[in-house]
Amino acid sequence: MNGDNKPLIEIRDLSIGYFNSAKQLLPILRNIDLSIQAGETVGLVGESGSGKSTLALAMMGYLSNPLKVLTGSTSFRNQSTFDLSARELEKIRGGELALIPQNAGQALTPTQRIGRQISESLKLHSKVTEADRPARVLELLTQVRLPDPMTLVNRYPHELSGGQQQRVAVAMALAGEPDALLLDEPTTGLDVTTQAHVLELLRDLAKETGTAMVYVSHDLGAIARVCDRVVVMYAGEIVLDGTVRQVLLKPVHPYARSLLASIPKLREASLPAALDGRPPAPGDVGNGCAFVERCTMAEDRCATERPILQVTKAGERVRCHLFEKVEKLAAPGPGSAVERSLISPAAEVLVLDNIAISYTTRGILDQILGRQPNDTPTVDDISIVIRKGETIGLVGESGSGKSTILKAIAGLIPIRSGSITYNGNEQLKASVDQRSKDQLRRIQLIFQNPDDSLNPRQTVAEILAQPLRLYFGLSSQELHDRSVEILERVRLGGHYLDRLPSQLSGGEKQRVAVARAFIAEPELVLCDEVTSALDVSVQAAVLELLNRLQREFGTTYIFVSHDLAVVRALADRVALLYQGRLCETGPAADVYSLPSHPYTEVLLGAVLEPDPDLVPVLSADDIVELSPMPVGCAFQRRCPRRVGDICDTQTPPWQQLNDEHLIRCHIPHRELRKLQTVQVS
Amino acid sequence: MSTIFQAVTKNRPQDRLFKVLRDVMSSPSGAIGLSLVVFHLVLAVTSPFIVPFDYREISSLLMLQGPSFEHWFGNDHLGRDIFSRTLLGGREAILITGIATPIAVVWGSFIGIFFGLVGGRIDEFAMRIVDAFLSLPWILKMLVLIVTFGTGMGVLIPTLAFFYGIPVIRIARAATHDVVARDFISAAKARGHGRIAIIRHELLPNVLDTLMVEGAMRWSWMLLAFSSLSFLGFGASPPTPDWGLMIADARGFMSFAPWGVLAPVVFLSSLIIGINLTADALAKALGIDRIQKAPV
Repeated sequence: MNGDNKPLIEIRDLSIGYFNSAKQLLPILRNIDLSIQAGETVGLVGESGSGKSTLALAMMGYLSNPLKVLTGSTSFRNQSTFDLSARELEKIRGGELALIPQNAGQALTPTQRIGRQISESLKLHSKVTEADRPARVLELLTQVRLPDPMTLVNRYPHELSGGQQQRVAVAMALAGEPDALLLDEPTTGLDVTTQAHVLELLRDLAKETGTAMVYVSHDLGAIARVCDRVVVMYAGEIVLDGTVRQVLLKPVHPYARSLLASIPKLREASLPAALDGRPPAPGDVGNGCAFVERCTMAEDRCATERPILQVTKAGERVRCHLFEKVEKLAAPGPGSAVERSLISPAAEVLVLDNIAISYTTRGILDQILGRQPNDTPTVDDISIVIRKGETIGLVGESGSGKSTILKAIAGLIPIRSGSITYNGNEQLKASVDQRSKDQLRRIQLIFQNPDDSLNPRQTVAEILAQPLRLYFGLSSQELHDRSVEILERVRLGGHYLDRLPSQLSGGEKQRVAVARAFIAEPELVLCDEVTSALDVSVQAAVLELLNRLQREFGTTYIFVSHDLAVVRALADRVALLYQGRLCETGPAADVYSLPSHPYTEVLLGAVLEPDPDLVPVLSADDIVELSPMPVGCAFQRRCPRRVGDICDTQTPPWQQLNDEHLIRCHIPHRELRKLQTVQVS
Repeated sequence: MSTIFQAVTKNRPQDRLFKVLRDVMSSPSGAIGLSLVVFHLVLAVTSPFIVPFDYREISSLLMLQGPSFEHWFGNDHLGRDIFSRTLLGGREAILITGIATPIAVVWGSFIGIFFGLVGGRIDEFAMRIVDAFLSLPWILKMLVLIVTFGTGMGVLIPTLAFFYGIPVIRIARAATHDVVARDFISAAKARGHGRIAIIRHELLPNVLDTLMVEGAMRWSWMLLAFSSLSFLGFGASPPTPDWGLMIADARGFMSFAPWGVLAPVVFLSSLIIGINLTADALAKALGIDRIQKAPV
């Protein structure tokens, strides 16, 4: 195949851009030089808008509509991809060079059985004869470690879980025995445990087949696990290119350093250092370095002279005037220690007592007879006490009911049984309509995705005016003053008032959403995955903001997240949920150390961190459960430490490890301590 | 920092209107469409003052005369000047549909948004009634009412407004469903805003674009329906000049005097094409994919 030492994919001085409506040229990629050898695994990392996906698609000879090649070329096996005819490209794409898209569930044809889809790839991209195809399909499904391939071939995509769909997409890509695989955010959107399993599979496949793999990802933890080499991109340029150890352990570019520092660490209860500002928009880069405005080390010449990609003694390529200075710096240290607000242990803000929530609606007959449906509720037996000024983290995978609980507290979903007590004596009614205006004001909700939670037709001023008018009856001047004040508090300033959400960056939008919650002067703020739609550097800034506001206002947070490291950075206490049932609650430091509930152990083991030396521990299957078990332990089907029938038939008791640390498991905690090995802190 | 946003000072509603208008005019089809619509509207207002002949003036000498220097579009079977009649022929159609369209869009949207918000079984049940209405041929439904209550503006406007509001229900409901699922509606509910406030501040601004485009499309359908009614003798009554009526009158002589049909046909279709092109360009400028968003 590739006998000589020619690179498999070679990109020379590639610049790609487009003309905007004012006929100005806006470059997306600028002077990219990159070669990828056969069998290499390379990670393209960068924040959104850094051009990493555009670069990956350019390797396949694909440009989305307004984009044009301005300079340079890309070649695959010495064929210049942009000069090939559509037919020649067709042969390469999918066969020799395959793409695995971000959302495999949407990339599979919903009306075709899995077996047929894979055999179609075989028909198009391999020489396997029609008679041999069924056998080859089974072989491929086995290769991607899918259980029971014989029955799987007759399934439709929607019958598979997210992780299984991703595996089928991998199997389809492997059908043509490609020389290179491009993976666009292959595990984004999957649960922690599923992500770890898929990445381990990809890692093994790279070794088994010798296929070159190019990962496009913003997740340095995933990259650390699967790549030999990492290319860091910023504002359409390659700023750093080195081995995974060089880039992640001792990066020689200031941007890579800041990026790494902004990632919350599972092993540190500290806020990561935020990276101020935002990347320049296309066309906004001046003559100097693209990173100059956010760089803490910038000198005069950085603003006027564009650095070139230089090679260091250790063999990395770096685009920085000052890389020799950066080299001498110590490895990025721990993040800034968090100034935690003091918790007053007596005052209870919210008490959830034995809450059960069900999405099943009662039929007309049930309603007339006053019957409750006798199914298993989605969320059951939730009792949590939340104290004034603390942050409690609710952690769990998708489907664990964590957002459902938040919505119930906010009054958006009715609870089936149990009670919510506010400030010790007020019973909160189940529905928003029945709560007093003051009760509503004191509990505010911040949503996951600001694109969805801010009305696209309202300016920032109108967005902030809604709670002010509703709760305080303010108008005109005072309303304006209060809005400006809160905008300054969230570090935006009064000149943002007239902007629409579409004129803000992701981080700015989330700041507006935070401002909208805090302008009501709430006592309790419910944060629903508030950072998961944001870039890491922006996430760090939002976490810092939330922490500062908490100290200034004495607010209590319920912080829902699937990301254990983010929760670690902010939470005083943590509650772990599986399938709508609590598994473990306790102070953060205790929960993140052993012994712990087997589910916590599985989650902690699967977390990927930007450190190539850390190996995830995969102790449970990544099957996805659709509904909770009616009897027994919630985690019975996946538990690696199952003791026997007792797990299926009896709800495990709460074991008290110390004052506040509780675990719900049949295994005595002393025994768990002996069994568990995951190294956490 | 980024320089792109420094130009933004105010985001007034009229700025967006100007931008949308500019976008419509910037595409060739949008510019042609809008020019046609504006041409017809101006003509409808000014035609009584510019027509060269009285539209009622009968002349046996000029019966079925071809186009001449004096009578540009020729004369009809009663010797009336087709040019004058064609210029005047859109007035009644545009007036009636111009009143009926807004009524149809408003009541249809109101009902559609209501059911979209309520959702559940009530919504499903109401939509089946809507489906039943939609499954009947439109001309049949309308003729029943017109035959019962007679012709004339007082009957035609409510009839058209009623039947053309029904498809708007579906569009408004679908658009509402899209918006209701979004978090800013949940946020408003969680804050404790009343239902009316949520509709006014959160929902309406987001479905208005879809309704505007839908309104334009309904207008063109309604024009066609009115002309068809006139053609059948249930719309404008003689001797009022009306395109549909003129086509009906002249179609018997089409084989040897085609100009009698040609002029009103060209005018009617140019208006309808103009509205369609404008609606398409408007949808594009507002960022609505009409093919995806039209369930009827």
